[in-house]
Amino acid sequence: MLRRTLMATAAATAMLGGMAMADGHEPVKVGFVYVGPIGDGGWTYEHHQGLLAVQEEFGDAVETVFVESVPEGPDAERVMTQMALEGADLIFTTSFGYMDPTINVAAQFPDVRFEHATGYKTADNVSNYSARFYEGRAVQGHIAGQITESNTIGYIASFPIPEVIRGINAAYLHAKEVNPDVDFKIIWVYTWFDPAKEADAATTLIEQGADVILQHTDSTAPQAAAAAANEAGAKVYTFGQASDMIEFAPLPRVSSIIDNWAPYYIERTQAVIDGTWESVSTWDGMDTGMVEIGEMTDAIPEDVRASAQEMIDAITAGDYHPFTGPINRQDGTVWLAEGATAEDFGDDGIAGMNFYVEGLTAEIPQ
Amino acid sequence: MDFGGVNPVLLLASLMVAATPIMLAAIGELVVERAGVLNLGVEGMMIVGSVLGFVAATGTDSAWVGFVVAALGGAGMAVLFGVLTQFFLSNQVATGLALTLFGLGLASLMGQGYLGIKAPSFPDWHIPVLGDIPVIGPIVFQHDPMVYVGLGIVAGVWWFLNRTRGGLILRAVGENHEAAHGLGYSVRRVRMLAIMFGGACAGLGGAYLSIVRVPTYAEGLTAGAGWIALAIVVFASWRPGRLLLGAYLFGGVTVLQLNLQAAGVAIPVEYLSMSPYIATILVLVIMSAGGAPGSLGKTFHASR
Repeated sequence: MLRRTLMATAAATAMLGGMAMADGHEPVKVGFVYVGPIGDGGWTYEHHQGLLAVQEEFGDAVETVFVESVPEGPDAERVMTQMALEGADLIFTTSFGYMDPTINVAAQFPDVRFEHATGYKTADNVSNYSARFYEGRAVQGHIAGQITESNTIGYIASFPIPEVIRGINAAYLHAKEVNPDVDFKIIWVYTWFDPAKEADAATTLIEQGADVILQHTDSTAPQAAAAAANEAGAKVYTFGQASDMIEFAPLPRVSSIIDNWAPYYIERTQAVIDGTWESVSTWDGMDTGMVEIGEMTDAIPEDVRASAQEMIDAITAGDYHPFTGPINRQDGTVWLAEGATAEDFGDDGIAGMNFYVEGLTAEIPQ
Repeated sequence: MDFGGVNPVLLLASLMVAATPIMLAAIGELVVERAGVLNLGVEGMMIVGSVLGFVAATGTDSAWVGFVVAALGGAGMAVLFGVLTQFFLSNQVATGLALTLFGLGLASLMGQGYLGIKAPSFPDWHIPVLGDIPVIGPIVFQHDPMVYVGLGIVAGVWWFLNRTRGGLILRAVGENHEAAHGLGYSVRRVRMLAIMFGGACAGLGGAYLSIVRVPTYAEGLTAGAGWIALAIVVFASWRPGRLLLGAYLFGGVTVLQLNLQAAGVAIPVEYLSMSPYIATILVLVIMSAGGAPGSLGKTFHASR
């Protein structure tokens, strides 16, 4: 009985949605699915800033909805379906693990447009978009390699996916370039957001001798853990991840990688309003401003800041690719020959990168 | 003294810190369950404690004020649960789950203006003499005071349950509330006090996360610690001594797997992460007969 009522309600909602769509309903409804809470201070926070920018830009012409802390998996599919049933015209799904759910739900709602972040699958009504975070990681490695005194850099990694592995490789290559003795200690926490675990990981790395902590997780907990260690007499440096995390400057946070999604979200919403939306694959970096480097504080020596700025400028201008040969794989085989730059896609492409570069001693968990 | 790059002294020291929040929450829930009440709202009370404690600590710049406020906040949440389940006789499981959901929402509302701030510093105690003992000193005697408060509460609960008249009454209420009522004890009053104590402990555990261990406030900070506390109570078969062991086991596995990874030891962390839960299931199977308080989770009304 109850189930029948529910199904009837769902059907009625779907019909209402369909009818509203038919007479070109205003305003355009844009939905966002977030993996963490909007107050995480990092990844989800920055996506939510994008939502706010869309609201600011279009005012009453656009209605926005979001659901936060949606686990990657079946729950995500349920949330997306609900959003589509409630009449969303455009849905941004903002975590790697939403890729298959997005494709599945999109197949059921051909009139709704989906945009999936950081994946690689597309469909007629599914775009994917990501940022070239590894460009920021290169600058981070360049700075980290020079400010470390223990020559040990701690890395809090989330899941062993190409995105994260690419970041580790980019940071390692550029740290190694300026400091041949540098060593990376890597901890996989298997979560995007778990402040207690992230803080524990940071503390563990610090205890094991790391004095620079790089994170690929979403909360500010590693920053706070490093700040606490500094109060207790250590000297640990961190970088803001996904968001500026400027609250922890000038120490431990000495710089940051900022993901600026706002222009992209505005552009895609505009495309839906204009009726020009098409399925695309977007992978932008420093050149379009999707990846930004947050202010470098005085804790970084002036000459390092200057050379980091040179690198930023070169990447922005397209003169320098962070993966430029010669680079060998961890097993010693050649990946990129002298002077060659990495392809985005294909067998050797960085989009599917699943190996460490030569010099890293750890193994990628399988 | 390194084993495969892991320093056992540092490992055991961080184990004590990692275990403290779940130990605090679990010891509170243990008392509640020994009184015959199943409160699944631990996670909700913890997170409310973590945000209230953090707000109070940053506002007054005193971590101690934060802990007191967190305990009061947790107890306040528990009163809500107690009134609903003891006076309005609502279902304990459903009410507990509701309390968790309510707590998570309330905490993220209250925490809005407090994101990305660092908690006031809460320095470690370097206990004179004892702290200077080699090996044992750094492991046991150089922590922040809350670690010892937590251990003190566990010892106090053990003493109260096993050595006092009040503890006997509480256990009687939990084992058979009708008999306890027949003897003239106020089942409701005993249970309300136990529920409030449980809430206060959960609040302290939450505040330990936001003030000491992380130490910042973020939404969803507890990330399931309250559920682990509930598992520990079962693992401990409702005994304070075993609860201590359970908390160190659960906390220990977390820090051990992080340390092993940082040391570059290739070990499948998934197995390590699931091991305490397997232990819990095994304990449940082994002691399937007996162990749980007789009236656990049952609604009591004097007229029946």
